[in-house]
Amino acid sequence: MLQALHSFIGHDAPGGTPGQANNQLWALIYVLIIFAGVSVAVMAMNWLERKALAHFQVRLGPMRVGPHGLLQPIADAVKLLIKEDIIPDEADAFVFWIAPLIGLLAAFTVYTVVPFGPSQAVSDMNIGILFMLGVSSLAVLGIVMAGWASNSHYPLIGALRSSAQMVSYEVAMGLAVISAILMTSLHGLGLYGVSSQSDGTGTLSMIGIVQAQQEQHVWFLFKFFPLGLIAFVIFAIAMVAETNRAPFDLPEAESELTAGFHTEYSGLRWSLFMLAEYAAMIAVSAIAVTLWLGGWLRPFPNLLSGPTWDFIFALFPGLTFLGLGAVAFLGTARMPKHPYFKIQTIGLAGFGVVLAGIGVLLLAVPIAAKVSNQDFLNRSTLALMNVYWFVLKVALFMYLYIWYRATWPRYRFDQLMKVGWKVMLPISLGVLIVTAIVGVIL
Amino acid sequence: MTPVATPLFFYMLSGIAILGGLLVITRRNAVHSALALIVTLLAVAGLYLMLYAPFVAGVQIIVYAGGIMVLFLFVIMLVNLERTVKQRQFNRIWPVGLVASCALLALFLSVYEKGKSLFEGRPVPTLTEASNTQQVGVLLYGNAGQIGPYTFAFEIASLLLLVAILGAVIMAKKRI
Repeated sequence: MLQALHSFIGHDAPGGTPGQANNQLWALIYVLIIFAGVSVAVMAMNWLERKALAHFQVRLGPMRVGPHGLLQPIADAVKLLIKEDIIPDEADAFVFWIAPLIGLLAAFTVYTVVPFGPSQAVSDMNIGILFMLGVSSLAVLGIVMAGWASNSHYPLIGALRSSAQMVSYEVAMGLAVISAILMTSLHGLGLYGVSSQSDGTGTLSMIGIVQAQQEQHVWFLFKFFPLGLIAFVIFAIAMVAETNRAPFDLPEAESELTAGFHTEYSGLRWSLFMLAEYAAMIAVSAIAVTLWLGGWLRPFPNLLSGPTWDFIFALFPGLTFLGLGAVAFLGTARMPKHPYFKIQTIGLAGFGVVLAGIGVLLLAVPIAAKVSNQDFLNRSTLALMNVYWFVLKVALFMYLYIWYRATWPRYRFDQLMKVGWKVMLPISLGVLIVTAIVGVIL
Repeated sequence: MTPVATPLFFYMLSGIAILGGLLVITRRNAVHSALALIVTLLAVAGLYLMLYAPFVAGVQIIVYAGGIMVLFLFVIMLVNLERTVKQRQFNRIWPVGLVASCALLALFLSVYEKGKSLFEGRPVPTLTEASNTQQVGVLLYGNAGQIGPYTFAFEIASLLLLVAILGAVIMAKKRI
């Protein structure tokens, strides 16, 4: 404990650098940060989804609570907290009570192995990806229990659909993951014909997988083109089905099943289901980013290498926040001039100031280091960069989820099963076999 | 990875596993039994972790808790439970069950008595966590260019499973 505290304070003390995976104190801090961060991200995602969906359909979306509806998620959360919590008379009370907790637990436990950087993770498990698949496969239990315990027809049908769907798509998903794991041990030729010299061994560790991509100078998305791409597409489809999102949202298809497995849930318990669903979406996106999109690695590390490009890429986090601040200021300028909107205008301007302030701060650190001729990629900026690129990639996936929902109609159930078993499974098996053959030949 | 509070976790996990097992056979409601079985399987996965076998623990969670038990629940949920809960079991086979379980207990005890001397004074071999999964792979498939000690048995088992899957499909579907 004392040593851990020592290594926590002093950067180079024995026991590791701050933020090293398997350092208990930092693990605890990361757990707290991830809990807070994911909860805030879910709220932001909630707002973004409603807003983006509305704009897809040429509507305004939430506009009343706060400027451009920015405070809408908070209002929603308060509403859900103070709503009456109903347990149906005929329901199985204990199972009904524990079902949302299991879903939530499964969704959040996955984050123990998500690598936000080479040392920014709660733990670096040797069986990382296996653990992730196992825990996320437990999430279906929460849904099945909820559907059964409600003792009602719609939830039961939703739960049955959900378990059938998740078990089917897990197969294709697992095979796609295996072909990515296989790539960690096969290094053939990288994207630019750069081949690593070391004799690599395969790994299941999430950090190890990203480090393998770094060593081989290629994201697995582009490896053995187009094999990596096909496996990635299979995973990207299966993960939408795994998280019960449109166009595979049959378990909660509102036009057929009211609300599917959570029809009988209300208030806080219902919000736990929503939290679990969105947390699971972020978690599977994190798996996809780790396996195929190079995790925390910045884009074009080979083509655009050298200190100048490193410096330019170090400016990205600051520029992003400055851009967000500029959008907020644009919104402020376009606010109606009526006195009724005065408080909202001031609030939006304040939000813009905060965002721009963060942006200036993030820009100032590398620029100041560059001007005074120090190493601008010191430990803290490097950690920031890693987390920034990881979160940016995950955020792209979250936008994709919204885009899917706005674009595609829902599948029919037999079509869903047909796609899962007759299209995705053979393709992923084929990709796995061809990857192994190509890896041995090259 | 250094072990943390090993006896405490061992007794806790075994306690949970035994409690779950008892609940499986005492609950009248089949869904409750299935849920208790999941708890037992997860506790056993924890025991595997304590034996420095993280790969086996992970596979236990994926295959049993996440895969097989979901299918169990899937089937049980389709059964009309209200009737089965009220129904009394009419064929009294508990004497047979009692004899069988006593015989099994005797077998376990005799194995424990005979095998106790094998473990005494011998340190349990532990692999480093990083190479554990690799060692499993080497045992099952062998190193490059040579066959592992269990390759044949493993392949036979895989073939049997494949045959079982095909058989199930053929029996369940009349027209293929």
